[in-house]
Amino acid sequence: MISLAGRDILHSWGKFVLTGIGLGLLIGVTLSMAGIYRGMVDDAQALLDNSGADLWVVQQDTQGPYAESSSLRDDVVRSVLGLPGVARAANVTYLTMQVRRSQGQGKGYEGREDHEVRAMVVGFEPGQPGEPGYLVAGRHITRSHYEAVADVRTGFALGDRIRIRRHDYTVVGLTQRMVSSGGDPMVFIPLKDAQEAQFLKDNDAILNDRARTAANPALNRPGVPGLLEAIQASQAANHSVNAVLVQVQPGVPAESVAEPIRRWKHLEAYTRAQMEEILIAKLIATSARQIAMFLVILAVVSAAIVAFIIYTMTLGKIREIAVLKLIGTRNRTIAGMILQQALGLGLIGFIVGKVAATLWAPIFPKYVLLESGDAVRGLVAVMLICALASTLAIRAALKVDPAAAIGG
Amino acid sequence: MKIPSNLWRRLGLGLLGVVLIVALVYVVMRSGPLAPVRVTVTQATVGSLSPSLFGIGTVEARRAYLIGPTAAGRVSKVLVDVGDTVQAGQLLAEMDPVDLDERAAALDASIARAGSAIAAAQAQRRDAQARSELAAITARRYVELGAQKFMSAGAVEAKQQEQASAEAVVASADANLAAARQDTQRLAAERAGLRQQRDNVRLLAPANGVVISRDAEVGSTVVAGQAVLRLIEPTSLWIRVRLDQGRSAGLVEGLPASIVLRSKPSARLYGKVARVEATSDSITEERLALVAMDTPPAGLSTGELAEVTLTLPTPAPAVLLPNPAMRRQADQVGVWRLEGGKLRFAPVRIGLTSLDGQVQVLEGLKAGDEVVVYSEKELTADSRIKVVDALTGSQP
Repeated sequence: MISLAGRDILHSWGKFVLTGIGLGLLIGVTLSMAGIYRGMVDDAQALLDNSGADLWVVQQDTQGPYAESSSLRDDVVRSVLGLPGVARAANVTYLTMQVRRSQGQGKGYEGREDHEVRAMVVGFEPGQPGEPGYLVAGRHITRSHYEAVADVRTGFALGDRIRIRRHDYTVVGLTQRMVSSGGDPMVFIPLKDAQEAQFLKDNDAILNDRARTAANPALNRPGVPGLLEAIQASQAANHSVNAVLVQVQPGVPAESVAEPIRRWKHLEAYTRAQMEEILIAKLIATSARQIAMFLVILAVVSAAIVAFIIYTMTLGKIREIAVLKLIGTRNRTIAGMILQQALGLGLIGFIVGKVAATLWAPIFPKYVLLESGDAVRGLVAVMLICALASTLAIRAALKVDPAAAIGG
Repeated sequence: MKIPSNLWRRLGLGLLGVVLIVALVYVVMRSGPLAPVRVTVTQATVGSLSPSLFGIGTVEARRAYLIGPTAAGRVSKVLVDVGDTVQAGQLLAEMDPVDLDERAAALDASIARAGSAIAAAQAQRRDAQARSELAAITARRYVELGAQKFMSAGAVEAKQQEQASAEAVVASADANLAAARQDTQRLAAERAGLRQQRDNVRLLAPANGVVISRDAEVGSTVVAGQAVLRLIEPTSLWIRVRLDQGRSAGLVEGLPASIVLRSKPSARLYGKVARVEATSDSITEERLALVAMDTPPAGLSTGELAEVTLTLPTPAPAVLLPNPAMRRQADQVGVWRLEGGKLRFAPVRIGLTSLDGQVQVLEGLKAGDEVVVYSEKELTADSRIKVVDALTGSQP
């Protein structure tokens, strides 16, 4: 038995292939949209993974450090370290800001000085939780000041000098997939520098503040030399951090460590599950739902377009089908031909779409995560839609009057 | 004619199918969970690292002087300005002496008067002396006459009493003279004290130095201990360096230092650790060291930020690895070893690290072992890996 579908495709294969590719690009867009949604969720997960923490200790009654601002004294970490079940704990600060490249050294930097990128500046203690776990180039920070490890997404290269507030930092290492929940790449700098960057004002503001303090008669008393200097020094110092990252000892449930912190230290402590809930259900909820809504619409539209393409393709062959019926072809054969064509079209479309989505995914400014599960679901959906759409076409084909073949 | 055309089409379609399938396979293998993690490896080598310590500090003067009065008062003269070089003993400023000069004049007058009092006491003494001598001669004669019975015993005794009285008057005049002299001494001492007080309102330079601030102007009132001027010794500038406690092992006096000042980032100065403070800052968790420069540059300003690198002595050779190779699994630090294409986590004990990112491995690794340095993702024991030369460059 000859394959009717195969012969028909051979007959007009250019049209068939082009339709398949067009369909494929549409499926590619849908898959990418799913990837964008997955990427958003994965950014949030990556943020939690990379911090390497089991517990986040933050200011009481806040949902910091990612979803809300939180401020703790930097000696809190010592009292947390003393709690039973705590293996390691470290201070960390987060600050999202524009980081720009300052004067580069050597050749090849001409015209690159104004490169500026939105980044999350992380202040961490080397060797403690919060440190980037793996690098793709360079080395970890070894000096206690003025060195930085940047995510490759920032576009900075090893040896670049980047400016964060008033200091220049040398990029000594590059890492990958270190992003904030908003997808901004991270720049890691030593904690003390980060504390300064976060809370130290610009020079004009400092001068104004000094003048303001000096103008206050209660703080600038004639009979008490040194008082004004002491007050101004205390105003310039900062001992705050945004969170304490805690790793619990193996086998100790995180909640059993979190409970005494909440109760006795008067701080808030979140476990990994609670933090995920905050990030995914609260922080990125609206934008994720926005993308998800668009994804649903795109999927529906794609399904409709696939159905219409197959339907119109069949209608375009209505004469040939009438001839087939006239020469006595069985209905089953005709239906099989249409179904096979529809499924073939769907398969070509899916492969083209998957390849296209994978190829253009790295060009997106934010992370696009193409999950295999999504791809399989996409394949099933495409095949199902094609099969459903072909039933419409089959109905139309079977209703054709054989006389139409000669009726002209 | 018809068959070749059909064959062409079949071939074309078949080719397209193959291309699509190849593309799909390529895409599936390159991304997603089936894709291998690209890593770079290196071999552990034996060598010596050059460990060093890094800290930042500010330029300070080893000896700084606050010049101010010891009692509250008003500034009457300020003779130097910021930037002036002064010599030890030079008059820098003067406080208003208020009534000190008048009190000195009064004391001078008192001393002159005391001098007159001494003269009067001396004259009285001479008078008493003369009376006493006369009384003695008279008494002696009466005693002789009394012995020959020319005089009654009563008359002799009266003359003897007169002589004793005259001697007592002499003693009294002596005492008066001494008192007058002591009074003069007291007044002279008082005047010397006043002169010192007068000198004390003159603010002198305690050492050769440079004026760095002029904190009070003529007419302003300052309390005891408040500075009118501040001096530093420009030859005594050094750098107060703060080093992270966790990275300060090996900090001792005499370590060679390389200094970069914020104002001259390309110039390197040299010096050495002059002192390590016995106490360290418990709040900032930093240790303090003072680094003296071999040749302080001209125009150095105090308070300037400096980056200081201290070179530690070279340790014995050991197995070295770059620090990105160090990974943490649960509570262990180790490396991912590559053995026959398989990954195995090997816990290691690490020693010194150098500022260029080399780490001494004390235990857990031999020279020549292959170890993963960079990886695209966090690795696990069953990660599929692909060894490449470098990770960046091929990725956006």
